[in-house]
Amino acid sequence: MMHRHPILRAVSKLLIAPIMLFALYVQFHGDYGPGGGFQAGVILAVAFILYALMFGVETARRVAPMWMLRFLTAFGVLLYGGTGVVGILLGGAFLDYNVLAADPKAGQHIGILLVEGGVGITVASVMIVLFFTFAGRK
Amino acid sequence: MTLLPHLAALQVVIPLLAAPICIMLRRPGLAWGFATLVSLTDFVISLGLLWQVQTDGPFSYAIGNWAAPWGIEYRVDALAAYMLVIISAMGAAVMLFARRSIEAEIEHARIYLFYTCYLLCLTGLLGMVITGDAFNLFVFLEISALSSYAMIALGRGRRALTAAYHYLILGTVGATFYVIGVGLVYSLTGTLNMADLSRLLPQAAGYRTLEVALAFITVGVALKLALFPLHKWLPDAYSYAPSVVSAFLASTATKVALYVLIRLFFTVFGASYLTEGIPVAEVLLVTAIAAMFSGSAVAIWQADLKRSLAYSSVAQIGYMVLGVALISAAGMAAGLLHLFNHALMKACLFLALGAVFYRLKSVNIRDMEGIARQMPLTMGAFVVGGLSLIGVPLTAGFISKWYLMLASFQDGRWWLAVLIVLSSLLAVVYVWRVVEAAYLRPRPHGAPAVREAPMSLLAPLWGLALANIWFGLDTSYSYGAAQWAAEALFRAGGLL
Repeated sequence: MMHRHPILRAVSKLLIAPIMLFALYVQFHGDYGPGGGFQAGVILAVAFILYALMFGVETARRVAPMWMLRFLTAFGVLLYGGTGVVGILLGGAFLDYNVLAADPKAGQHIGILLVEGGVGITVASVMIVLFFTFAGRK
Repeated sequence: MTLLPHLAALQVVIPLLAAPICIMLRRPGLAWGFATLVSLTDFVISLGLLWQVQTDGPFSYAIGNWAAPWGIEYRVDALAAYMLVIISAMGAAVMLFARRSIEAEIEHARIYLFYTCYLLCLTGLLGMVITGDAFNLFVFLEISALSSYAMIALGRGRRALTAAYHYLILGTVGATFYVIGVGLVYSLTGTLNMADLSRLLPQAAGYRTLEVALAFITVGVALKLALFPLHKWLPDAYSYAPSVVSAFLASTATKVALYVLIRLFFTVFGASYLTEGIPVAEVLLVTAIAAMFSGSAVAIWQADLKRSLAYSSVAQIGYMVLGVALISAAGMAAGLLHLFNHALMKACLFLALGAVFYRLKSVNIRDMEGIARQMPLTMGAFVVGGLSLIGVPLTAGFISKWYLMLASFQDGRWWLAVLIVLSSLLAVVYVWRVVEAAYLRPRPHGAPAVREAPMSLLAPLWGLALANIWFGLDTSYSYGAAQWAAEALFRAGGLL
């Protein structure tokens, strides 16, 4: 479908990898600067959506199959909630990060990283699922 | 390590985490078994919380160990514990019924999504009750609302989609009004914690902002509550949703909206503000009476029985709001008791219709003529639920209407008692026409022969029917708990 647009295809091929890298930067720099799981998830999904726009939805579906997206959607929520439950199991309150490591400060760090990771995974996969669902309608 | 201090968090966290696990399970049977197990666990947890409040008094749980009012706290008091038990009990009862009914009414490939949505909805409803934070309540409100739109849309037929969309628009308006009200209150006080709000708001009394906030919150929650005349989304949503969804939402969702109204009126704003400020109680009283009559009157003319029951729900919500609008401990206790009893009777009636639909593929009154001879047990349960709905002695419905009338007399408003009796007569009409069609008319010629519903549907259905009779005979638990919750609420507000 996009054989007529060699420039767009070449540029998006160049862009997709940096977009994904930027998503990871926003994800992991979220504790220090603006950003976090939600924004990172959206940016990561944008890379997939750009790929689908340039190379066709069917090709993109092979890269990110539906069963995997469905699993990841659920997995992100479980990672978030599971972090909270680990807090209970280690003797703290639900979502108490202090108990996740010997040093409360390190615990807070680990906790927020895991929770934001869960947010990022779920947001990215939900965005991609939404795009596939609407793009797949005849 | 003991889990006992964490029961408040687990009550909400268990169904929340069970929802994504349901997506991973995929197989309908597995998803059902898991969702049922989770619902039963949640019911046991809610009983544990009730027991904790009864022995040690109300308590809080700081999420993430961040102390309130900076962090989000879960607050379990008598009223919250009472509501948690009702919601989780109804969830468990409906889930026991669900397996075969859902297989018959929802596409095979989407069944696991139904159980996921159900668990999310349960999470949202329980969270709204247990949270002590006004904004966190909004988040849970949206969780329960979004999942219930999806559950309604899962119903067969295109009308389910329009019904869900209609509910989505009005539900979103309601939620937005609520959050606007909370925003205004936040601008006055700088806090979202309910206990903190109730401490700070008296200083803001007299500000116009506070009156506007109260108005926004009341209208927004009344939309979710389907209080007349804001009830237009409810009949469509209940009649086109799968039977199990109608039963679950009718016995929990509107009840939680009423809880939110009570919680904000009596804990956050304080009852004295309601009686001295703008006349909220009077407005509620008038709309409640209008709902009692208009809901029942419209229910008489519906050919689709699920729709008839939906309109009857609008009327029954009127009785509950009437009890609350009396602004007395006796009225509140009667309203809360009716909330519990109505959950029992509506779940029983909707599930009976679910069993009829399972065999007949219709709940139209003309298709159900003479059905009682072929499905005696199903229709028997329907009649028990119907008698309770009317308020016949020896059923649960009688008890709550009786206490409502007593509370009206105590208040010196005997005419309210007359109105309660008159509107109950309308209920006689719409229940009787079903009895007449099912028992007294012959089966139409050429109508397909149907068999009695299977045991897996009948057992939970009759469990609920017998509960309707049990709580009509022995009121020590139901009225005892309602009275205890109402008095605790009024005592905390310094009114008793």
